[in-house]
Amino acid sequence: MTLLITAFAAIFSTILWYTKPKSVMQLGTLCLIYWGASLMWLVDAVVEYIELGAAYFTPAVSDMLNDAFLGLSVVALGLIIWLVRVLVRDPKGTVHDRILK
Amino acid sequence: MACFLVPTAEAIVTTVAQKVIEKKESETAAAMSQNGITRAFSQKLKWLNHMLWGGSALLAFEHLWHGEIIPTFPFLTAAYHSADFSVMLHELATSGVAMAALVTAVWGGIVGVTACMEKSMPATPQAARERIQ
Repeated sequence: MTLLITAFAAIFSTILWYTKPKSVMQLGTLCLIYWGASLMWLVDAVVEYIELGAAYFTPAVSDMLNDAFLGLSVVALGLIIWLVRVLVRDPKGTVHDRILK
Repeated sequence: MACFLVPTAEAIVTTVAQKVIEKKESETAAAMSQNGITRAFSQKLKWLNHMLWGGSALLAFEHLWHGEIIPTFPFLTAAYHSADFSVMLHELATSGVAMAALVTAVWGGIVGVTACMEKSMPATPQAARERIQ
């Protein structure tokens, strides 16, 4: 579930990056963060599938709920990392203008 | 248990490498592309850094979520017992290495596609416009 949610976040951010090529919001970084995490969780999923077999696809409801909650938290953390990076780099100079003027 | 440590270690190495290459490129002016389209290698290495650092950070959060990382020394619960420690080392050698290898392989693919696109691009933006028309 965590992999699925992160993969959807990666796909959505990539679509956003593709449709807004002139954006200064560094959407490419957000894409790469989510794709990196998705690939790593993919390896985790494959390893777990090798260990559990078909049972991997029938998790307990409580496990699924916990994983979904984790997935959403991970997406939020990814957004926070990206947002902090954008605010620090301040490509539009908005933070500089707001604080210093 | 601690599989994210391998991509993190790779991220440290690639970040240092990127900084060194970036400095060399700026010194030799290799970063300045002849046709304004090709990207410097340090810029491409930055993509790998973002994937490795981002993925490692989110994976570390997952380990924190599952109680595998603790705020006190030795920071990893698996490091307390020797039996868990050997399992952790096995996981580092299998999952960790596979994660780092997969991310690097995907990055290699992206760089390869980018290189092909750069080669097929016309030399100047003017020529590109003419080609489209």
